[in-house]
Amino acid sequence: MKLMTCPLNGTRPISEFAYGGELRQEPAVTVSDQSWAEYLFYRNGAPGIKQEWWCHTPSNTWFIAERDTARDAVLRTFLFESEVQE
Amino acid sequence: MPLRLVKFALSPEHSEPPMFRPPDRLKSSYDAVIIGAGGHGLAAAYYLARDHGIRDVAVLERSYLGGGNTGRNTTIIRSNYLTPEGVKFYDESVRTWQDLSQDFDLNLFYANRGHFTLAHTDASVRTMRWRAEVNKHYGIDSELVSPDQVQQACPQLDLSCGGKAPIQAALYHAPGSIARHDAVAWGYGRGADQRGVEIHQQTEVTGITVKSGRVTAVQTTKGQIETPRVLCAVAGFTPRLLAMVGLRSPLVIHPLQAMVSEPMKPWLNPIVVSGSLHVYVSQTARGELVMGASLDPYELHSTRSTLEFVEGLAARMLELFPFLSQAKVVRQWGGMADMTPDFAPIMGKTPIQGFYLDAGWGTWGFKATPVCGKTMAYTVANDQNHKLITEFSLERFTNYALLGEKGAASVGH
Repeated sequence: MKLMTCPLNGTRPISEFAYGGELRQEPAVTVSDQSWAEYLFYRNGAPGIKQEWWCHTPSNTWFIAERDTARDAVLRTFLFESEVQE
Repeated sequence: MPLRLVKFALSPEHSEPPMFRPPDRLKSSYDAVIIGAGGHGLAAAYYLARDHGIRDVAVLERSYLGGGNTGRNTTIIRSNYLTPEGVKFYDESVRTWQDLSQDFDLNLFYANRGHFTLAHTDASVRTMRWRAEVNKHYGIDSELVSPDQVQQACPQLDLSCGGKAPIQAALYHAPGSIARHDAVAWGYGRGADQRGVEIHQQTEVTGITVKSGRVTAVQTTKGQIETPRVLCAVAGFTPRLLAMVGLRSPLVIHPLQAMVSEPMKPWLNPIVVSGSLHVYVSQTARGELVMGASLDPYELHSTRSTLEFVEGLAARMLELFPFLSQAKVVRQWGGMADMTPDFAPIMGKTPIQGFYLDAGWGTWGFKATPVCGKTMAYTVANDQNHKLITEFSLERFTNYALLGEKGAASVGH
């Protein structure tokens, strides 16, 4: 993967982007300490197709990339606001 | 010098006997199964057989022996860590390293070189001072030294780093050493093999059976094995293995890359590390410079290497050693590092009875090979965490008892 497509700025070199980790659902603040620790620290470490936060740093655009972490191939990118919110 | 080497030099013939028995067929059951024939897995097998009398052991390896991170690291051995838990643990490892060649009767090219960690900023000087004090408290030879002392040990170093990041001080750790990494795996492998352990290469684990919270069997590409004890020592493959037993962990896999220059006359005796420049370098007995940098910035399950890495690391090497501008890079490679949030390992028992973990070794696992073998062998044999590893348990995350080894574990964080 040497190029990444920012939903706003188009295809740019990967050096312009920063990785922000997997997209995860924050639990309610009332959950137990155990569940909160799992949210804080535990990750889905196995390879697969994941939705991840990425940032196009020159324009500070945060967006979601769907990436295969075994092949390092980006399947698609989109703005969080446009698709993920339910 | 190992006796075997003397005999070898004096003998008229120079044949080399095979290091291991040819692989037999997998049996249908073993007292213990170790997944991963890297340094850690083989060391555990070795000490299980030697110190605990558990010899009915199969070591399973999906590829070839020592072909994972054992053969991909930059072979630096040191114990100048930051937390008391880490310092005690790595110190035990360094002491074991020092007579491992004798123990194996195999030359590991263990070379005590001294280890400089350069500080380019006030913040890193402060961390170095802190590390030196923690180290001294536990009787480990570490001290803060001035730029002049660095220059004396390494006259080729440009102390000003091209004027961009002048060196202000360094942490000097006299026991810092390098060793030949492949030989470590061979030595442990041969020692385990001689004591009855079976090493099965090209045997991939495809599933692990857990019944009422207890490990009962392992499925492989060469058949099923019944066993009450499984030790998982598979570095970058750990999350896949954990998925088989239904455990969650904080591990995330990032590639770590390294490269080697053409051989040159010996000029660099110490190991030189710069956290700010993301460089660590040493010169092997063959004269090659072995160089490493920080992790790749995003998760990836692959051992591919990149041009960006070589360009970046070469540029930073030239800040330290401008005279190397004509030196050629001859090899580069990558390994899969299993990273934890606190840069300390995850070791010991797990919520699943009989399933033991030796993981989270990220970018700092090679130096710990002997002590991991010893402590994990103890843990597997007694079903009780060894006292040196109790702080490294998987439960520390849900207990909010993280260790904070980030300042000393590797570079560039």
